[in-house]
Amino acid sequence: MATTTMAAALGSGLRRALEDDPRVVLLGEDIGRLGGVFRVTDGLQRDFGLDRVMDTPLAEAGIMGVAVGLAYRGFRPVVEIQFDGFVYPALDQMVTQVGRLHYRTGGTVRMPITIRIPYGGGIGAVEHHSESPEAYFAHTPGLRVVTCASPQDAHTMIRQAIACDDPVVFFEPKRRYWTKGDVDDVALDDALPLDRARVVVEGTDVTLVAYGPLVVTARDAALAAADDGVSVEVVDLRSLSPLDLSTVEQSVRKTGRLVVTHEAQRSGGLGAEIAAGITERCFPVLSAAPVRVTGFDTPYPPAKLEEHFLPDLDRLLDAVDQVLGRQHSLTGWSA
Amino acid sequence: MLRSDVSNGRAPVREHDPAPHDPLPAPDWGEMLQLLSPDGTRHPDPVYDPWVEDVDDDALLALYEDMVVSRRFDVEAVALQRQGQLGLWPPLLGQEAAQIGSARTLRPDDFVFTSYRENGVAYCRGASPVDLVRVWRGNALAGWDPRAIGMATPQVMIGAQTLHATGYALGCVRDGVDSVAVAYFGDGATSKGDVHEAMVFAATFAAPVVFFCQNNQWAISEPVGLQAHRPLADRAPGYGIPSVRVDGNDVLAVMAATRVALDRARRGEGPTFVEAVTYRMGPHTTSDDPTRYADPEVRAQWAAKDPIVRVEQHLHARGALSEERTQEVKEKAEAFAMQMREATYGMTAPEPLTVFDHVLVEPSAELERQRSQYAAYLAMFGGEG
Repeated sequence: MATTTMAAALGSGLRRALEDDPRVVLLGEDIGRLGGVFRVTDGLQRDFGLDRVMDTPLAEAGIMGVAVGLAYRGFRPVVEIQFDGFVYPALDQMVTQVGRLHYRTGGTVRMPITIRIPYGGGIGAVEHHSESPEAYFAHTPGLRVVTCASPQDAHTMIRQAIACDDPVVFFEPKRRYWTKGDVDDVALDDALPLDRARVVVEGTDVTLVAYGPLVVTARDAALAAADDGVSVEVVDLRSLSPLDLSTVEQSVRKTGRLVVTHEAQRSGGLGAEIAAGITERCFPVLSAAPVRVTGFDTPYPPAKLEEHFLPDLDRLLDAVDQVLGRQHSLTGWSA
Repeated sequence: MLRSDVSNGRAPVREHDPAPHDPLPAPDWGEMLQLLSPDGTRHPDPVYDPWVEDVDDDALLALYEDMVVSRRFDVEAVALQRQGQLGLWPPLLGQEAAQIGSARTLRPDDFVFTSYRENGVAYCRGASPVDLVRVWRGNALAGWDPRAIGMATPQVMIGAQTLHATGYALGCVRDGVDSVAVAYFGDGATSKGDVHEAMVFAATFAAPVVFFCQNNQWAISEPVGLQAHRPLADRAPGYGIPSVRVDGNDVLAVMAATRVALDRARRGEGPTFVEAVTYRMGPHTTSDDPTRYADPEVRAQWAAKDPIVRVEQHLHARGALSEERTQEVKEKAEAFAMQMREATYGMTAPEPLTVFDHVLVEPSAELERQRSQYAAYLAMFGGEG
């Protein structure tokens, strides 16, 4: 066991994948000599060479299309998109090619491509560096979409993603890159499968579903709620597509109340899908309508406004109050 | 002979370039490689002759046969579409030499990534009659197993496959083999960002890829003058990629140019761009109506440069095309077309629940749920579900 940052845990996971399978190749902008703008790939080009860790031209569609060709040839490309907001030129290749080639070819051509995307806000960045575009990909058939919330999951899940025969969009919560935690080298066979959610805090009153950067916030909210006598169960979704609604359903059947949170804009977001799916499955046992705590339906705002855009501990607690039928921001605080 | 820089093989400078909204319908962009003129006369070419010196009577007859077969099944497919048996067909009429001349230079271990019009290429790679119609009848999204014939599923998204070819080529280098990836695309695709990025990547990493552009003068209704104000082959040197402009209706010239490109790739010298100048004699697809935009006089001029007629005349001049052989070729083409027709009629619609197959390698629980719910729904009508 070692205590390490999430960025380093991802790096060591990538290193293990490169060691374990000679068909794994990394492609991206600045991932070689520089080690990536977040240093996730630090030292990998030095140790595995130019053929396996490639600095590419500045062309996201090109990176993605070249990865498709490499996968056709039997490689396992791991693509880094430098920032969330830079993925859009690659969206075409991801939607029209990566997500469909297995279906198109009746299962004869696999696309075991891992697409790493640092995402989310909270780092005071300029425009296009704080986005949460996961819903686009979760809406696209044929792509798996996952995100990690801890160094341990980062390390294990990146290895699982690369070993997976399907394309995996791997969202890395960039504001948690420097969060430290214990990391074990878990055998992939023993790890929780990539498409499963995990209950990270057990509780009985409210189910709080979070993923990526907001899992830490949700855990903090559960602690704060406990001080107030409210037992919050936190589910770390991990897989955004396919969704592990069974795990969420199991929790909601116990609590009867659901709060979902994500940084991404609300409309058409994952929260809507989870709320709808859980309502379909659990309507008779729900004590309150599900509540979403999300970014607003605005473009990502300038850094000095992002604290208002991003869900935080207090907004989560307000939503917990709402599903519990307590006074909350919309009812007002009468004495 | 290859255009290795922009000063080499430039088109004549026009007095003023036309405005973007005033495209030239059939620009005359100067010199191109030609070994067989439209009347079948063989031109000697000191640079390219050595690349086709092995093409004897038999080899030329084989190319002739492939072109005749391709034209025949293409005509058959159009007829099948007109009869409602196929949903759509993109005719290759007029492009037989460009497709056969290039595809017949390839080795089985090479891999081609094409658009949807390269049915002549698919035929050369080994696609069967039924393989060629599966997609166009709407029965499947792919006609064949790509790895079985070294040819990717034809690409509908314009130009996307040029990147796939480049990536595949980089994989060949990593595997230490001298196989080559060939990207087939059209003049319209040269405007796409993917094609630009593919050439950037290929040049940067010296990928063993051949960019084979069939300039058939049309992107549906848009003439090539709307895509470019200079020969398409002129674009490549800007990337550091040598290029050649070849008469795409001359099967020998196409073969020679492609062999030069393949040879460069196999020797580790990186990508080459081949512009095969041809003409789309048919509509974009069976849904298109070229009478709304194409000048019949221009078409007639191109009809006089027919790729099959010139080989026929050349073979006659060599005394290599007997009556019997002509008849054999005709019968083979007829037989292939009839197999295609019978295969089309014999095709059964896919089972309803196969709509759920192969989305992911391991199906998701949610999709399995949708499958079983839909099966139950179908069962309600007494179907098998």
